[in-house]
Amino acid sequence: MAITARQRSGWTVANIIVALYVLIPVVWILSLSLKDPSTFTDGHYFPRKFTFENYVNIFKVGGFGRPLINSIGIGLISTLIAIVIGTFAAYAIARLEFPGKRLMLGGSLLIAMFPQVSLVTPLFQIERSLGLFNTWIGLIIPYITFTLPLTIYTLSAFLREIPWELEKAAKMDGATPFQAFRQVIAPLAMPGVVTTAILAFILCWNDFLFAISLTSSNSARTAPAAIAFFTGASQFEDPTGSISAAAIVITIPIIIFVLIFQRRIVSGLTSGAVKG
Amino acid sequence: MTSEERASSRENLQQPGRLGEGTVATAGPTAVQKPKVSEGRRSERKLAWMLCAPAAVVMVVVTIYPIVYSILLSFQRYDLRFPNQKAWIGLANYGAVLTNSFWWHAFAVTMIITVVSVAIELVLGMALALVMHRTLIGRGTIRTLALIPYGIVTVVAAFSWQYAWTPGTGYLAQLLPAGSAPLTQQAQAIAIIILAEIWKTTPFMALLLMAGLAIVPDELQKAAAMDGASTWQRFTRVTLPLMKPAILVALLFRVLDAVRVYDNIYILTNGANGTSSLSIITYHNLIGGLNLGIGSTMSVLMFITVVIIAAIFIKGFGTAAPGSDNQGRR
Repeated sequence: MAITARQRSGWTVANIIVALYVLIPVVWILSLSLKDPSTFTDGHYFPRKFTFENYVNIFKVGGFGRPLINSIGIGLISTLIAIVIGTFAAYAIARLEFPGKRLMLGGSLLIAMFPQVSLVTPLFQIERSLGLFNTWIGLIIPYITFTLPLTIYTLSAFLREIPWELEKAAKMDGATPFQAFRQVIAPLAMPGVVTTAILAFILCWNDFLFAISLTSSNSARTAPAAIAFFTGASQFEDPTGSISAAAIVITIPIIIFVLIFQRRIVSGLTSGAVKG
Repeated sequence: MTSEERASSRENLQQPGRLGEGTVATAGPTAVQKPKVSEGRRSERKLAWMLCAPAAVVMVVVTIYPIVYSILLSFQRYDLRFPNQKAWIGLANYGAVLTNSFWWHAFAVTMIITVVSVAIELVLGMALALVMHRTLIGRGTIRTLALIPYGIVTVVAAFSWQYAWTPGTGYLAQLLPAGSAPLTQQAQAIAIIILAEIWKTTPFMALLLMAGLAIVPDELQKAAAMDGASTWQRFTRVTLPLMKPAILVALLFRVLDAVRVYDNIYILTNGANGTSSLSIITYHNLIGGLNLGIGSTMSVLMFITVVIIAAIFIKGFGTAAPGSDNQGRR
């Protein structure tokens, strides 16, 4: 289809509006992170005096390395566990008929929509008595729970697209249902699993409420929570630079994911949620 | 296998008793096949339950148990600062919360944020979905860009907005008359919170709506165009009605997400100057006040609020509700 000049200019304008909408707040925090501390209050959108001092400071003085490691470690472990047990459940939901399937789907939907703050009070109390408060496990457990519904929904949508007859053929050749799952379906499901893993990781990476409620020090505090606790301590007269630099650091992985996996993330988000 | 065949094979699975009668041609001799199928079905069930068990156990243990615990705590006087005064006090916590003006203020703030942000997001999200779905140039780039607000950490975006509106520092604060500090004014602060929510979640709304747009057949659009319908008429008379399920799902997800708004408020105002949401005051009663009884009561009340909202939506869905049997099958 030929694109007329009018269409071209119309869509160009629309695209530019979208780009400005997205980029203005992101570029602003990037500008702040590169501004020399003496120019924070000049009110200019772009920095007039560049510096990387803010980035050096958050690691050297602010101890941002530890929360960053916590975020990566807790996020990866939670994602891995959620993907493994979520894949089992999604396979059952997509491929098998059993009583309780509706309950399983409805239950996970309920959890996905649950007000997380309702869990903060009891989890805070339970984790304190079990000695899980302010530990990696103390955060991994709720993260697994809240990524499971997304995992189950998205993965079962992906698994439905896989051709059934291959599984049947494997069973006919004498494979048990588990062998059919492990050797035939699992390799075909890998793209869906990767997509779901990215979405689950983003969810964990984003969490703030559990991260500030269930931790009390940098031994388990994740990056978003640590940023919120940056204060104007002695070395940091003004936390603006540190906060902005740390904000950019934790945004980089997201940007990389989005650039590499754009297609997959879009298909994962749309297939999991709406097909009714 | 076509989707029709798939559907019919699924039907067979759901009605094993009739397998022999209905599908003799494919299932082979009835007498031999029948016991075999039921045996296979039993092992299928067993496998399904085994596969679901780990996920189900984790979700039950981490949510159901704390909910029950929360409900029990809500009937007790339990303040960590005064652990000796712990006692069962029945519904007194509920009375205390429901007659408290701070609770109702937070309730109103939460509802305002939810209704205004979701309404604007629906319109903006639909526009963005149309751009992402229909744009003739740079479709990949636009979709990539739109994913950035979805993926970015809410705390990061909230700080960006906070500094943007901080007098002296921000590019947006400069546009305001000198001396104004919008984040310290209740109405202006709530407007900024809504702005931050909209910016972050419109792309998510748009992606869900785009999935709805994708299922509207092009032939219908063309047929309507032939009949002389204008672009706007085609959108309101053809596209929108067909998208109803997608719109309802998107609204449900976003409303229930907006009701628990927390991160943006925590960073932007931390609930100062009457900008607390339900999540914020519940949190403050726990961490700031260490009052587990009151905090739990608020948790339970918030949970009830969410259940009521969800129930209203599910009623609106009818059979297209996510989680019902029709979900995910066309």
